Amino acid sequence: MRRAFFAILRRDLALATRAGGGGELALVFFLTLVVLVPFALGPDLNLLSRIGPAILWLGALLATLIGLDRLFQGDEEDGSLDLIRASVLPLELAVLAKGLAHWLTTGLPLALCAPLLGLLVALPAEAMLPVAATLLAGTPALSFIGATGAALTASLKRGGLIVPVLVAPLTVPVLIFGVSASNSALGGTIPFLTPFLILCALSLAAIVIGTIAAAAALRQAD
Amino acid sequence: MHESCAASLFGLRNNVLTLRHTSFPSLALTAETVTCRRGGRLVFEGLSFSLGNGEAIALTGRNGAGKSSLIAMICGRLLPAEGSLRIDGAGDVPLPELIHLVGHRDGLKTALSAGENLAFAQGLLGEAAASPEEALTAVGLAHVAALPVGYLSAGQRRRVALARLLVSRRPLWLLDEPASALDASAQQMLIGLMQAHLVQGGAIIAATHGPLGLDGARELRIGL
Repeated sequence: MRRAFFAILRRDLALATRAGGGGELALVFFLTLVVLVPFALGPDLNLLSRIGPAILWLGALLATLIGLDRLFQGDEEDGSLDLIRASVLPLELAVLAKGLAHWLTTGLPLALCAPLLGLLVALPAEAMLPVAATLLAGTPALSFIGATGAALTASLKRGGLIVPVLVAPLTVPVLIFGVSASNSALGGTIPFLTPFLILCALSLAAIVIGTIAAAAALRQAD
Repeated sequence: MHESCAASLFGLRNNVLTLRHTSFPSLALTAETVTCRRGGRLVFEGLSFSLGNGEAIALTGRNGAGKSSLIAMICGRLLPAEGSLRIDGAGDVPLPELIHLVGHRDGLKTALSAGENLAFAQGLLGEAAASPEEALTAVGLAHVAALPVGYLSAGQRRRVALARLLVSRRPLWLLDEPASALDASAQQMLIGLMQAHLVQGGAIIAATHGPLGLDGARELRIGL
C-alpha cells in the first residue's frame, strides 16, 4: 500500500515537471500579480510595504487556485482514475498523495519564492521570514481545500473557473490568519505565534477533512 | 514475431512462477440475477453467470447495453440495484487485489513515456511480474519505451495499456474493448496473452463487439 502511495506521488511529481505540468505556471502567475500591484498602487513605498504581506498572500492564493481544476480532471479523462480506484490503495490515500504532490509543486515553490518577491513590494527585511513561514504553513490548507473542489468538478468537461469560485470563500480563514501572522512581524500588539499556530491548525484540519471530502466526491461521480 | 516474443516471455515467466506459485489460487465469480440502474434508468436486469479458473467470458451486446457498467460493478465502483455479485475462494484477499482493469480509456499519461507509465502501474498494483521493459517487448513496443505516450498511435497506446496486464500478477482480467484500434498482428498477440493467462489458471471477462478469437470463451449477451 505504501508502494502504491509513493507510485502516485512520484508520477504526479514527474508530470508536474513535464510540459504543461502547471507547477511553473503558478509561480509565473504569482510573479505577474506581485509585479502588477505596485504599478496599480502608484509610487507610495510606505503603503506598499504595509500591504506587502497581503499582496503576497493574495498572489499565492490565486496562483494556487488557478491550476487546481486539473488535479483530478486529467486522471478522470484518460482513465487513470479508474485504475487508481481499482487498486488496493484506499481512495483517501490516493487523494492525499495527489494533494501532497500538488503542494510540493505549487505551494512549496511559492513559499520559497515569497522573500524574493517581497523585494518587489518593499517588504521590510524583518518581515520576509515570517511571510515565507506563514505561506509554508498555510499553503497545504489551500491545496487540500482546493482538492475537494477539484474532486467535485472532476467530471465536468469545462470546469475551468468553477473550482476557484467554489473554493475561494472556503479559504478566507486561511487568508485572515496568514496575513495577520505576517503583519505581526511588522509591529502591532499580536504576537506572531498566536495567528501562526491557528494557521498551522487550519492546515492540519484541511488535510484531513479535504482528503476525506475529496474522496467522497470522487466516489459520488459514478 | 509478436507471438513468439509473448510466448518466450511467458515461458520465462512460467519458469519463474513455478518457483513461486504454480498457478492462481482457485477463484469463482458468481452473479445472480443482477440488475443495473444508472441515473434511474434500467440498463439490464436478471443477469446471471459464473466464472472460474481458466475460463473466459466474451461480453457482447449493442452499444449502451451495459457492458462497461457490468465491468464497473465487478470492480466495485457501481453497486447492483438488485441481485448479488460475489467472488468466492479468494480467502481474505480484497477484491481490488484480484482485478486487472484495462478500460475503454487507456489510462495512460501522455506526458510520460511508455516505460514510466508501466512502472507507475506496477507500483500502484503491486505483485510485480514482468518488468516494464519485458512487458513492452512482449507487446512488440520495446523500441518506443522511452517515447512519451503522446507521440504514439492509438493502436500503440492500446498495446501499452495491454502491457500493463503483464507487469503485475492478478487472476481476473477485466478488459473493455481490448482489441479496439489493434491491427491484425496485435490482435493475435492479444489472443496469445489471454491464452497464456488462462493456462495459468487466470480468468478473463472481455467486453467486445468483434469476435474475441479465444478458444473456449463463452459468450454472454447483455440486453436483447
